[in-house]
Amino acid sequence: MQRIEDLTREELAAAVESYAKMVLARRFEEAAERAFRHGKIGGYLHVYSGQEAVAAGFLSVLRRDDIFFTAYRDHAHALLRGTPPGAVMAELYGKATGVAKGKGGSMHLFDASRGFYGGYGIVGGHIPLATGAAYTLRYLDTDRICLCFLGDGAMNSGSFHEPVNMAGLWGQDAMCPIVYIVENNQYAMGTSVSRSSAATNLASRFAAYAIEHERADGMDYFTVRRVASRVISQVRETGRPYALEVLTYRFAGHGAADLFQPYRNKEEVTQARTRDPITVLEDRLRAAGVLTDADVERIHSDAEQTVEGAVRFADESPEPAADELFKDVHGAWGTWPR
Amino acid sequence: MAEVTYRDALRSTLIEEMERDHAVVLMGEDIGVYQGTFRVTADLLQRFGPKRVIDTPISELGFIGAAVGMAMLGLRPVVEVMTWNFSLLAFDQIINNAAKIRYFSGGQVDLPVVIRGPNGAGVQLSAQHSQSLEATYAHFPGLLVAAPATPAEAKGLLRTAIRGNDPVVFLENAALYGMKGEVADGEFALPFGKAEVARPGTDVTVVAYSRMVHLALAAAGQLAGDGINAEVINLRTLRPLDTQTIIASVTKTHRAVVVQEQWKPFGAAAEIAARIYEEAFDELDAPVERVTGADVPMPYARNLELLAVPHEGDIVKAVKKTLYRT
Repeated sequence: MQRIEDLTREELAAAVESYAKMVLARRFEEAAERAFRHGKIGGYLHVYSGQEAVAAGFLSVLRRDDIFFTAYRDHAHALLRGTPPGAVMAELYGKATGVAKGKGGSMHLFDASRGFYGGYGIVGGHIPLATGAAYTLRYLDTDRICLCFLGDGAMNSGSFHEPVNMAGLWGQDAMCPIVYIVENNQYAMGTSVSRSSAATNLASRFAAYAIEHERADGMDYFTVRRVASRVISQVRETGRPYALEVLTYRFAGHGAADLFQPYRNKEEVTQARTRDPITVLEDRLRAAGVLTDADVERIHSDAEQTVEGAVRFADESPEPAADELFKDVHGAWGTWPR
Repeated sequence: MAEVTYRDALRSTLIEEMERDHAVVLMGEDIGVYQGTFRVTADLLQRFGPKRVIDTPISELGFIGAAVGMAMLGLRPVVEVMTWNFSLLAFDQIINNAAKIRYFSGGQVDLPVVIRGPNGAGVQLSAQHSQSLEATYAHFPGLLVAAPATPAEAKGLLRTAIRGNDPVVFLENAALYGMKGEVADGEFALPFGKAEVARPGTDVTVVAYSRMVHLALAAAGQLAGDGINAEVINLRTLRPLDTQTIIASVTKTHRAVVVQEQWKPFGAAAEIAARIYEEAFDELDAPVERVTGADVPMPYARNLELLAVPHEGDIVKAVKKTLYRT
């Protein structure tokens, strides 16, 4: 754990901002779960509660022109990057004002204007995309970098191994500025890491592809942010991939339909909740003297109001027009013959 | 106008497009140092360097997915699959990502990625290396599917594919790489969704694409000797499908035969026949005939293999059936 007295003023200020965003993300997920139960949100709903410090730590140091990809547990990533909560909630509601015009839903949030290239529903399927995107950033002679968030379960699919090997190769020519962030929340749906991965130190599996790697505590925002800051700078500098296994925990079920969670017991969840990343951060900020009771109260009430506003916005927004059905299947052909 | 092979038409188009646009990059197995299994990319590594001509590991899922990611960020990757059979390893990337990202993102990105390579049967390549996957890919909205039959089409359709903004399944044919034909100079291009009347006729419409066009033309020549004047339609692209040209022809001839190399069930010919029934039922004087491959995994033995793929004689027979002649 990072010692509080080692933190800079900038880090503390950024942390207060991140704290507010993490609270917002948590309130947002709670509201989304309620809306799901009330039938306002259809399909699948995977909430991020418990893992906030991971996305918050990384996205707080990501440069405005950098890019990132993630899987389907993606609401908080959008919110932490600054996508308006109303547009995110409206997407969950399947409304025309959603980030993807209501065509993607919970699993396919997407905000290219902020460097967020999705939101993917097939486990591991986005890892090749992110790897090719990282190559492109170098090919275009930029110093931009790409983050690829993935779950522990994704590491057992071919769509992990194939591109990650290619990233190792491309990195030898400084052509792959990517950080693979394994959000190890201990469970691939209902299958624990020890039941799905022969080697349980997931970071070590990147050694097979000659990619530098390490493990970090994903429940402590400062730890994540420090590691993220160092690793992002390094990758920006070298053009070589880097991998982090961030140990975290999913407080909620896998999805909204995962009610009974037979793969884990209540005590385990209760125990994990004693290290809630939001509380951990709050305690440390209080100890550092940069967060008062009044601040906490204000941050929570602001978050609640923002989320209420987002829900209202989503509720009141129109459904997509029927003629949207056939739009966005193909691109424009420009002046070229069709 | 110059006479070039199908292979050189493809290769020169890649060179022209790479010289014109830095965003065009090539990726695939053994396309660089090895020069390409069918030599379509011969010499391109030397010309353009390893950043633009990327030799990949044997990882179809990995490199096709990476190409889709490149396209999302503004490149125009042209990916070679050594044969389309291997694309099955990347099916998820092609179907769940390339074909759908534009839609589920609400149109936030273009996806100008071309996947090209030989499709269909070769000579004694047996079950795993002889498949025709055009109907499989043409099934999915979001993809475009081209199947050039001549060197000119190889050039013209590839250029359009590279300059477009959508994922293109570009189906070449190993038996055609050595075929020679006239190709226009300059920035010659052919539109997608516009079929060619390869041979005008009055008595029956024969619809084909890729290598089957040549069988259809040969069959039409043979039929002419029997006093039957067949019109041959070369589709050029399966998605979009130029039903207008097909229907116009059937309206004139009142009979149709559809030819495909692939298996009969749920194939391209079934779809085309259905479109004819839907849009020109009253014009028909006979049921639409389908000429297809045998409904079996491709055998190795040459005699069995020959029984499994369509021939000129099969088309002649089918045409005569629509004319109630034997």
